Amino acid sequence: MGGARRPPLFQFGRWLGVVPFFVFSGLFLIGPVVVLAYRSLEGPDGGLTLDNYRELTNPTVLASYGLSIRISLTTAVLGGLIGFFLAWAVSMGGLPRPFRSGLTTFSGVASNFAGVPLAAAFIFTLGRIGAITALFELIGIDIYGAGFTLYSYWGLTIVYLFFQIPLMVLVLLPALDGLKQDWREAAENLGATPRQYWRRVALPILLPSILGTMILLFGNAFGAHATAYALTGGLLNLATLLIGQQISGDVLNNPGLGYAVAMGMVFIMALSIILYSILQRRSERWLG
Amino acid sequence: MTISAPPIPVIETEAEQAPAKRSRFWAWVILIITALYFLVPLGATFYWSLRAEADKLGFEAYRRLFADSNFWPSFTESVINAIAAIFLSLLIIVPTAYWVTLRLPKLRPVVEFITLLPFVIPAVVLVFALLRLYGRPPLLLTATYDSSRVLLVCAYTALSFPYMFRSVDNGLRAMDVRSLTEAAQSLGAGWPTILRRVIFPNLRVALLSGALLTFAIVIGELTIALFLAQQTFGPYMANLTRSKVYEPSAMAIVAFALTWAAMGTIALITRPGKRG
Repeated sequence: MGGARRPPLFQFGRWLGVVPFFVFSGLFLIGPVVVLAYRSLEGPDGGLTLDNYRELTNPTVLASYGLSIRISLTTAVLGGLIGFFLAWAVSMGGLPRPFRSGLTTFSGVASNFAGVPLAAAFIFTLGRIGAITALFELIGIDIYGAGFTLYSYWGLTIVYLFFQIPLMVLVLLPALDGLKQDWREAAENLGATPRQYWRRVALPILLPSILGTMILLFGNAFGAHATAYALTGGLLNLATLLIGQQISGDVLNNPGLGYAVAMGMVFIMALSIILYSILQRRSERWLG
Repeated sequence: MTISAPPIPVIETEAEQAPAKRSRFWAWVILIITALYFLVPLGATFYWSLRAEADKLGFEAYRRLFADSNFWPSFTESVINAIAAIFLSLLIIVPTAYWVTLRLPKLRPVVEFITLLPFVIPAVVLVFALLRLYGRPPLLLTATYDSSRVLLVCAYTALSFPYMFRSVDNGLRAMDVRSLTEAAQSLGAGWPTILRRVIFPNLRVALLSGALLTFAIVIGELTIALFLAQQTFGPYMANLTRSKVYEPSAMAIVAFALTWAAMGTIALITRPGKRG
């Protein structure tokens, strides 16, 4: 941006306000990840290699990625659908106005209510001694006897939905507001039924936004560690929990593989954020 | 679709009423089912938190929680960490957002990209990376508890970037930065004075909401604190969940109330008409 003709002091002043930001990000975000990326490419006796990435096909690693991806997909799709219907209900479903602002504030709280307290709340609800578990027992159903446990794929899915649904609501409410009344009226004047209006007009316009937010939810669940750790104590074979165990003591017996597993997560997260922003930009064409 | 203009409104209202009623019915069904999903765990936890004493409901679990010798130290430590991270984040983000709005707009995409990195790097990967970079000389920061704590605060500061930058950026867009800056300059103010006496005060709402959001995220943070071996509120809560029966329910309710207080305040100060 500069030129040699400018005095250096002036140049410095021009950049002064952003220098701390770049230095700090370099030290605590970019630098560490670059080091991790470098280590993931390092062989046991030095030298650059892709061996660590080839090792990702190791059954433990594949299983952990598989479970993480399955849980993230399930909670993204379920959370996305439920969140969409909920956002629709309070914005255009004809419910009294206060529900909308109430839901917005609640979603802000619930989408940030992750980690230990969330895990604890569900232990008291659906854990072995939980209130709902006890309620089922009262009517003669032993859900744990029937094979359910909170510390499993479905258990974790139920817990994750507590922050996934609100996130969907928060991102989708503005998109629903962007649907113009004119479009509906135009469709109706042309003789469209409400169903036709939704299928041919509203949903196609909303689709990039809905899909994009679901991808955001996917990343949100994929990178989650605290809730799963607090709930299962690290017993479930999730990718984030595997990295946690790798930090505590090389469970993979291969430090390089640990770095590759971590970088693989960064790669998947980056992919989902990129897809999200592409779809979001696309949805702004109509809803911007 | 004929030429008869006047009847159209009548037909519309008649045709609209039935579907509107049906959609309202479904809206209620959806709202009630999801409300149950969200309220039952909170209710169950609250119920448990009242049952610490045999045969009667009371606040014994809360009393025990607050009397626990590790509760206040870990909580205060987390509050101090959060405040430190918020100030550091403000110090870094306010000038940056101001600069890319006014002086270096070409840098905006780069800055936006970097502020999004905490969403791309999961917390567990970030702490892994930090431990590898700062776990050994020449950049050894994990040698003592206090130096690890510095690292923790820096990590929290980085985690706050997406929220802080967006909040401050929205705030700057809502006011006329250029005119305000030029007015201040023509009165002879330098950059530090402009930032401190013109920009900061006009950004109060934006800064406060960014700060509260950061607080809500950082106060009970578990992953990074755990692997940096810090005795903060997150690891304390995790321990409590494993070792006690009734106190964790009281703890979850307190944590929920804290999050609610932070987010409720944001909703209150950013109400439409008071945007900024």
